[in-house]
Amino acid sequence: MLEAIYGSLSPTWLLLSSFITGMAIFFLGERQVRARSVLNLTGAGIKALLTILMGFGIYQGYRFESRFELLPGLEVVLWADPLAFLFTSLSAFLWLLTTIYAIGYLEGSPNRSRFFGFFSLCVTASIGVALSGNLFTLLIFFELLTLATYPLVVHRGTPEVIRAGRLYLGYTLGGGIVLLIGTVWLQAMAGTTDFTPGGIFQAMGEERPGSLALTALFWTLIVGVGVKAALIPLHGWLPIAMVAPAPVSALLHAVAVVKAGAFGIIRIVHDVFGASLAMDLGVSVILAGWAGLTILFGSLVALGQNEIKKRLAYSTVSQLSYITLGVALLGPVAVVGGMVHLVHQGLMKITMFFCAGNLAETLGIHKVSEVDGVGRTMPWTMGAFTIAALGMIGLPPMAGFISKWYLATGGLEVGHGWVLAVLIASSVLNAGYFLPLVYRAWFRSPPDSDGGPARESATGLWMLLPPILTGAATLMVGLLAAMPGSPLDWSEFIVNSLYMFDLGPVNDNSGVR
Amino acid sequence: MILESGPALALPIGLPLLAGLVLPMVRRHPMPWLVAGFAFATLGSVIVLAVTVGHIGPVIHALGGWEPPLGIALRADGMAVLMLLLTAVVTTVCSLYAMWQGHETALGNRWFWGVWFFLWASLNALFLSGDVFNLYITLELLTVAGVILVTFGKPPAALVAGMRYLIAGLFGSMAYLLGVALIYGQAGTLDLALLTTAPPEGPAGVAAAALMTVGLLLKTALVPLHAWLPYAHASAPSPVSAVLSGLVVKGSFFILLILWTGPFSALFHQAAWQLMGILGAVAILWGSVQALRQERLKMLIAYSTVAQIGYLFLVPPLLMAGAAAIAWQAAQMQIMAHALAKAGFFLAAGNLLMATGRDDLAAIPGVRNSLKMSLLAMALSGVTLIGLPPSGGFAGKWLLLAASLETGQWWWIVVLGIGTALSAGYVFRAVAPTLRQDVDAEPHQPIDVRLQVLPLTLAVASILLGVFAVHPLDFGSIGGAFGAIPVGTGE
Repeated sequence: MLEAIYGSLSPTWLLLSSFITGMAIFFLGERQVRARSVLNLTGAGIKALLTILMGFGIYQGYRFESRFELLPGLEVVLWADPLAFLFTSLSAFLWLLTTIYAIGYLEGSPNRSRFFGFFSLCVTASIGVALSGNLFTLLIFFELLTLATYPLVVHRGTPEVIRAGRLYLGYTLGGGIVLLIGTVWLQAMAGTTDFTPGGIFQAMGEERPGSLALTALFWTLIVGVGVKAALIPLHGWLPIAMVAPAPVSALLHAVAVVKAGAFGIIRIVHDVFGASLAMDLGVSVILAGWAGLTILFGSLVALGQNEIKKRLAYSTVSQLSYITLGVALLGPVAVVGGMVHLVHQGLMKITMFFCAGNLAETLGIHKVSEVDGVGRTMPWTMGAFTIAALGMIGLPPMAGFISKWYLATGGLEVGHGWVLAVLIASSVLNAGYFLPLVYRAWFRSPPDSDGGPARESATGLWMLLPPILTGAATLMVGLLAAMPGSPLDWSEFIVNSLYMFDLGPVNDNSGVR
Repeated sequence: MILESGPALALPIGLPLLAGLVLPMVRRHPMPWLVAGFAFATLGSVIVLAVTVGHIGPVIHALGGWEPPLGIALRADGMAVLMLLLTAVVTTVCSLYAMWQGHETALGNRWFWGVWFFLWASLNALFLSGDVFNLYITLELLTVAGVILVTFGKPPAALVAGMRYLIAGLFGSMAYLLGVALIYGQAGTLDLALLTTAPPEGPAGVAAAALMTVGLLLKTALVPLHAWLPYAHASAPSPVSAVLSGLVVKGSFFILLILWTGPFSALFHQAAWQLMGILGAVAILWGSVQALRQERLKMLIAYSTVAQIGYLFLVPPLLMAGAAAIAWQAAQMQIMAHALAKAGFFLAAGNLLMATGRDDLAAIPGVRNSLKMSLLAMALSGVTLIGLPPSGGFAGKWLLLAASLETGQWWWIVVLGIGTALSAGYVFRAVAPTLRQDVDAEPHQPIDVRLQVLPLTLAVASILLGVFAVHPLDFGSIGGAFGAIPVGTGE
């Protein structure tokens, strides 16, 4: 019977579950709160169910695919392979939680139907990126993501927010144009943009285009996705987009936009060019170095930020490049580290943004200098934040430690010892900008000592539950990393089943499984 | 049910012609029914022709039984039918809009409807004509009808704009006619198919081609001959602007493409084709920059038309062997996507004008809640104009990029990239005020929901065009009389 279910399951349904929800919500009136919540949660629930079902199928070796001809000779391909599932499951799970959070956060605000409509479209686009089977499809959903996130970023509608939104669009559309040019170029060069494990150009043999053209194409594509992947100096939009309401910052910076960028880099390096070609062209080392620079830059600038959300934004710039670094190093262990960090960083960062939102809404706290003693008034929120912060720094047994361990050993495995130095420096810097916050919250007295934990009940369950859950997940994912079904296990599954690393004596899977 | 090719070809011209003659004589009362009736009847006849061509391929009909070179032929292949369908859809929607707009200008005035349907008839005749002189007649009718329709706008701006349009149009027609005369003198025939097999040559041929080209460029408002367009399109009533920007300028471009890939294909040096592309690039940049500077919504949209016409002119240099099919598809896609999006944009702007009495960009935030559908239509049209997926504009842009790469003319890629960025800029200027929350709602006229649905329909159609692009593109390749002509072999 399961076979029958798998046979009829199509990736399109995953997209439709949020697309239809979004369209329906647009037509709801502002005051139809219950209908809107029901629609939202139903859609999110269906998507989560379908994702789990698909996950089981993929683990057993099924592959799900659907195709649609958009232009003569050009197809939109949706393809659920293990890597797609990694990103899809993150998106689906976190969308559910962010929806719950947003319902609480936006209570009483104007334009909620518009917000949740675009919210659903945003997730649709994000999952579309995850399920893309060729670069053309990735491009389409990439641009849809830009379109869907813009109204969310400028939701507050003040002139300064609209100005910020213009910059956001400038960056992301600019990246989109570059990606479009790169995609057309790839199509012209290779005749197809289908993702192929090992690279599209592998099968071309003699007719392969020259190294110069291939290198130019590589950098064009990387810059195209690099805006969303926040590689310096293309990262500028990220701190600017902090004018968005907290649920949007949470979703954008843990799930949708930034992960789509990182995901694009993974697909380009491994499924368009392939590991061996990337190494031959010499571009992977440069990309790894670029990621390393971004890691250090992001952390350094974060140190100087007093606004909590800006500090988290620059932390995201830094942490995202862990993924890029791992993927660019090309060794199996490093790639596992990069991929698993896609999930781990998502969980940790969204926790922190949820908590920042709670602090802002309940106590009006926006700056690091204002958090003194907050641990006493909002223990659950700060508890979750502390777990996530420690994870970011890389303390075991939190999720972040696992990622850093794999990245470090992976870097050493391929002979790039500098990776270890970057990771250590970054961890020190992370401690530098997270520990003060944690310390002040727990170990200093609040400015006016009125009301204890009772203040936190004002936050409401809608906004407390999601960070608690994601904080707990951060802990669990690290503690139970060795168990089958964990993100780490899944990342190893991806790397083992898909990527053949022709790197000589390194190719003996040591350290993996 | 396939009609014999004669009536199938004649009806799309005859029905609106009849309407143009009959409607000025009708009283106010039955007018809406007759307008709607004629519009849908014409739409129906075009659909029948489309089905016919889909089944049996391109159709030809010699009027009155007289074969060329003496007689006049009507021809319909895939591309012509696509243009007819586009015209029918956009004009029907705009007719409904003008009808429901009621009080302003249209409904009371029988002359408006007479000229409106004459415009439609001449557009249809243009797409179906197979004869160079016939094309001149349709061009003349088109210009005169367009000018008259412009003058139905608010005086004195509309009158001044109409005058400029008339002068520009007459110059264009004169140049074209002179070229036709030269060709007739040399070749003894005016039939397109015959002229393609025995093309004009020598100094007379080149002069004729140059004259006709300049005339058509003037009518299509390609930079630097574009000065008449922004004022004409901005001052006209909104449904008229929609049809002028979306369809009328495409008509002269259509003729230009046919002539350059038919009788004139061997006449010009490669450089001339590149010159078209360069002028197109200048149009894209100039039009977009001007659009960025406008404070009035309708002027912004009109300058956007100037820019989008530039995209069309990137097609001639790409019509080289190997990429010709892609380039033709790009032309079709751009024409259709722009027509739908621009018409939707203009109709939505018309709603704004009716609601607030002005079309300043600053007026938009005040009506953001009451004109939701119109503002959404503007946003969706904007998506097509920028060329974001999955719209029709994206499909057109992709095809242009693919053709550029195929022929190694990478410089158009740079132009397309800059053009996209600039169009994002001016679309943003028009759409971003919708999201302002800090401005109080302004008192305004309520707008009928029917008037808001119409632009939304067109905008959604421009997006769906991109999603289902394979179907019109496959249809448009039927006949291929204007297909992969090996041009650009250089002389």
